[in-house]
Amino acid sequence: MKNTRLTIIGLLLAAALLAPATHAQQAGTQFIGITGYRVGPYGANGAAFFSGFIDYLHLVNERDGGVNGVKLSWEECETEYNNTKGVECYERLKTRSATGPTAIHPMSTGITYALIDKTAADRIPLISFGYGRTDSVDGRVFPWLFPLVSNYWDAATAIVKFIADREGGEARLARKKIVLLYHDSAYGKEPHPVLEAEAKKLRFELKMIPVPHPGNEQQAQWLQIRQFRPDWVIVWGWGVMTATSLSTAQKMGFPRDRMVGNWWAGSEIDTEAAGGAAAGYYAASLNLAGRDFPVVRDVQKHVLDKGKSQTPAKTVGSVLWNRGLAAAMMTVEAVRTAQAKLGKKPMTGAQVRWGIENLDIDAKRLNQLGFGGMVPPLEVSCTDHGGSGLVRFQQWDGRQWKAASEWVSGDRALVRRMVEDSAAKYAAEKGIRPGCLAAP
Amino acid sequence: MTFFLEVLIGGLLSGVMYSLVALGFVLIYKASGVFNFAQGAMVFIAALAYVTLAERFGLPFWAAFALALAVMVLIGILTERIVLRPLVNQPQISLFMATIGLAFFLEGIAQMVQLWAFNDLSPRPLTLGIQDQPIEWLMNEFDILVSSFDLLAAAVAGVLVAALAVFFNRTRIGRALRAVADDHQAALSVGIPLKTIWGIVWSVAGFVALVAGLLWGARSGVQFALTLVALKALPVLILGGFESIAGAIVGGLIIGAAEKLAEVYLGPFVGGGIEGWFAYVLALLFLLVRPEGLFGERHIDRV
Repeated sequence: MKNTRLTIIGLLLAAALLAPATHAQQAGTQFIGITGYRVGPYGANGAAFFSGFIDYLHLVNERDGGVNGVKLSWEECETEYNNTKGVECYERLKTRSATGPTAIHPMSTGITYALIDKTAADRIPLISFGYGRTDSVDGRVFPWLFPLVSNYWDAATAIVKFIADREGGEARLARKKIVLLYHDSAYGKEPHPVLEAEAKKLRFELKMIPVPHPGNEQQAQWLQIRQFRPDWVIVWGWGVMTATSLSTAQKMGFPRDRMVGNWWAGSEIDTEAAGGAAAGYYAASLNLAGRDFPVVRDVQKHVLDKGKSQTPAKTVGSVLWNRGLAAAMMTVEAVRTAQAKLGKKPMTGAQVRWGIENLDIDAKRLNQLGFGGMVPPLEVSCTDHGGSGLVRFQQWDGRQWKAASEWVSGDRALVRRMVEDSAAKYAAEKGIRPGCLAAP
Repeated sequence: MTFFLEVLIGGLLSGVMYSLVALGFVLIYKASGVFNFAQGAMVFIAALAYVTLAERFGLPFWAAFALALAVMVLIGILTERIVLRPLVNQPQISLFMATIGLAFFLEGIAQMVQLWAFNDLSPRPLTLGIQDQPIEWLMNEFDILVSSFDLLAAAVAGVLVAALAVFFNRTRIGRALRAVADDHQAALSVGIPLKTIWGIVWSVAGFVALVAGLLWGARSGVQFALTLVALKALPVLILGGFESIAGAIVGGLIIGAAEKLAEVYLGPFVGGGIEGWFAYVLALLFLLVRPEGLFGERHIDRV
């Protein structure tokens, strides 16, 4: 019995040692609080993203000695993609440093919604890179939220445009049938208003079908799709839902090259799990996958080869890992922008917020940073907390993602109009007087 | 009408997949009177053991299956020795709490094994040689879509139920098991080897978890979400009865068919996505009428 107990204690110790590493906060560093997830049904996706995020922070420390000499430190808290745990993690991380957690990346639309009021009250910026509350693009109403680069309404309109192009133009969409198969969560419901507006404008028939969490059983949904006989299916999936959509589509005999996912339903994790069922499937992407980018080579040389990271070799260069690099880069560049104005020292949340709002990462700067071609340029302002709204379509050829378009945008005018209307309603409900915050 | 039939058949076949998971619960419940919270984790770890042996070590199907089964038997024996044995004669709630701890432990171990074997936590595709594709003949003749994979799952479930029914009704172990479930101390006093019985039952539950894990894993990849299939089994158990193998199958068929019909025909009126909770509502309604489930044993306590 004693031996058995010793074995258990040994196993528990081993488990504790294998827990995600932290890079503990030290005085004088720029502390970054990371609300991440590596376990649970969405753990594989989260692990890829947050590994990329942390690998970039390592790179900045190892290659550049920090941001203008200010080293980065961080701590990761496990949310399991659960709203309650996300809020707990946020509350814990915000007390870890005198300057706060820099900027929060929840990687969850649900957690983003849960933190809207809290981050504003605590004066901590929240970056939702390719997710979150879409009308927060209007920084006059949501000064602390930054749905950077592209948002869900940009994605939805870009997907409709992509489908229209495949059908021979927008006029040919009239009377076509499109299904939105969505994760039944805040994330999955976000594109509803803009798709309804698009359906009305372009006169296609839209049917929206929810898939309950986690989405590993979709028989009923696909029977409804089979009955509706759509021309296209838009997949708004996350985690196991996407792979199950693809395999069930195969089971129902629906062609995969008539299915388009958004960028959270378009990683290797989704398609590899579906095996042969995924070939031909399209997805809109925020960033390109691949290792042929200078920043990836730098991470390999300065971080992975030196044993500073435990990122599996297979993950390096994947869609979500590269996205994690890009998200971290935007955070670091915001700190750099703030430092240029306010001095080379650790920045507070309010100072970083100003840095994000004044980000201007053009093509030249992207090349300097080693991200040229991986992500589109980004220019943020008080009225536009988003960015270019550009996406690039890719297609799974059975082994890897291949670009299927250039960087394109959807109906930006429609999205902007809807963003302003929705933000104005929110401001009226909450008694917010829209306006731009002054520099700290 | 064709569409109704299609939904009904699809639901029944989905129900079979739920039954496969529910069977594991029934086995443990029969042996210890406890709802085994770790059954979902056992499904995950069993499928992961198979896919590790088949993919990482390139073993053929039967070798990987046999070794994965050995792993599950080992887990069953260790569970009996480390978790259950110290809890003999303790209140059943203690046993239940122990299975919660076991679930977290197995989930953690499974993820560690996956990291060790594959260096990442991505879902692992699992192929059993049968494509999850519609049977063309049925499509062409009747325009009804039935997957050959679903039929395989139904056949496997049928064989499993028959084998388990024989095992529990026609063998000494089966009879001993019922005695153990009723009263640990009384069973021990008449010479029933409680520890051996528990070891055997947990091993058989491991076997059932392996079969369920392979079929679920072949459909959506081997990944953490497999632990959540246990949630699908709970209403099946309430409906069919926690102690009945036949109940697990009948309950699964009813829940599968009802939730799919509800999703398709009621869902559009209430915004859809109802199948997740509809099964529970159905089970709760059923509890009001027949608390012990369709095939559960009626307990009459002397006051």
